Amino acid sequence: MARYDRAITVFSPDGHLFQVEYALEAVRKGNAAVGVRGTDNVVLGVEKKSAAKLQDSRSARKIVSLDDHVALACAGLKADARVLINRARIECQSHRLTVEDPVTVEYITRYIAGLQQKYTQSGGVRPFGLSTLIVGFDPYSGVPSLYQTDPSGTFSAWKAHATGRNSNSMREFLEKNYKETSGQETVKLAIRALLEVVESGGKTIEVAVMTKEHGLRQLEEAEIDAIVAEIEAEKVAAEVAKKAPAAPKET
Amino acid sequence: MKLDTSGLESAAPVWGAPSELVDGFSVAPSFEVPNTTDFDGFQKEAIQMVKPAKGTTTLAFIFKEGVMVAADSRASMGGYISSQSVKKIIEINPYMLGTMAGGAADCQFWHRNLGIKCRLHELANKRRISVTGASKLLANILYSYRGMGLSVGTMIAGWDETGPGLYYVDSEGGRLKGMRFSVGSGSPYAYGVLDNGYRYDMSVEEAAELARRAIYHATFRDGASGGVASVYYVGPNGWKKLSGDDVGELHYKYYPVMPSTVEQEMVEVAGA
Repeated sequence: MARYDRAITVFSPDGHLFQVEYALEAVRKGNAAVGVRGTDNVVLGVEKKSAAKLQDSRSARKIVSLDDHVALACAGLKADARVLINRARIECQSHRLTVEDPVTVEYITRYIAGLQQKYTQSGGVRPFGLSTLIVGFDPYSGVPSLYQTDPSGTFSAWKAHATGRNSNSMREFLEKNYKETSGQETVKLAIRALLEVVESGGKTIEVAVMTKEHGLRQLEEAEIDAIVAEIEAEKVAAEVAKKAPAAPKET
Repeated sequence: MKLDTSGLESAAPVWGAPSELVDGFSVAPSFEVPNTTDFDGFQKEAIQMVKPAKGTTTLAFIFKEGVMVAADSRASMGGYISSQSVKKIIEINPYMLGTMAGGAADCQFWHRNLGIKCRLHELANKRRISVTGASKLLANILYSYRGMGLSVGTMIAGWDETGPGLYYVDSEGGRLKGMRFSVGSGSPYAYGVLDNGYRYDMSVEEAAELARRAIYHATFRDGASGGVASVYYVGPNGWKKLSGDDVGELHYKYYPVMPSTVEQEMVEVAGA
């Protein structure tokens, strides 16, 4: 088996491309990232490893915009992410230049996925070690979308998805608790999913909301703390309600 | 090993963007330089050779109900009329038309090529391409062949999500958005009639009649235009050919022969 994992361009006898699978491992070691699609907005949340005291946290943003109406968050090798994001940004502008129209979220996702796939079928290069969550609004229909790509170059649309560290638990939580939401409820759902695997607090998570009118908005630490406090309070109230005996019926 | 990634590349050469995996620069299209002492002069001659060849009249205008497109059908080689039945309105796809002026082969080929690109766009993006996008694709291609002797003066007319669209695109690489255009040697005459009779809120019949009359008047005065005046209408459901009238017959329709007063009459005299 060891013979089949050196070069990307070699299949193993049982049909695996080991380099791609190892890239997926790299993704599993990356920070947790979650995306939730609402009826009128899309929310991205990313785990922030506690910033070193002297580090300027603004230079280490994990949720970036590709264009006015498209944003991206990723899990995995951050240096690879930078390269991919730059290429995607160029493609967004190139599309605007050649057809005088902004990209659709599906188009740019297809482009990024195509780029990731190119690097799984060439000699001398390794795959990008990251999975991306791409969110945005269709420039015509105004419909919000959430897409995910991975190192193998596949992509698909999701109502809610998580990737990176402990993504399985987050995905389970989302599957159990997902429902159509809008506005603040969507933000809460995304943060609740992240809190399953991250220590609570505005210091450890980064959240951004994309709306049709205002584009991408990064939430302030204070805002996140407030929402986390709300969620904690709701949890406590739910526990109390469960424990307390049912109230006697009024006659 | 160099992969064939042409399918993944966007149509226009994006200068400076690292589109190859290994560092390769996208090469501009070029051809072998001919063996002459004066290359610049030769280039100028080559361009002059095709320049006056836009012997035609085509026009298109946007009005309340959509876009009206009309053209004549004469092909001339200098003073020789080589054909009276050329199709100068090219059907790119069921909701977009292109007009032909300049080199017939260039126009036909690049319009068909544009049709391919439009269809591929539809398949990839699950939505029709806009008239803006289609005209931009064509303009970018023509720009990349600038100076190599292509002769194309075309109008792209169509109906998309934003309504009716009309663009003028030429082989110099120019691209203009507008409400009324006429291209070809007969265009000054057509403009005269078109500008005079144009109103935004015309009905389809009125607009068709205006287009037909403008083409007729151009064919009347311009030697390089003639044959059949074709009129097409592009509406929300795509294009439809409205009429194709011989301009000779149109002449007698507009200016019927009137019985005139006889000044002198010849009378049969019994043979002497």
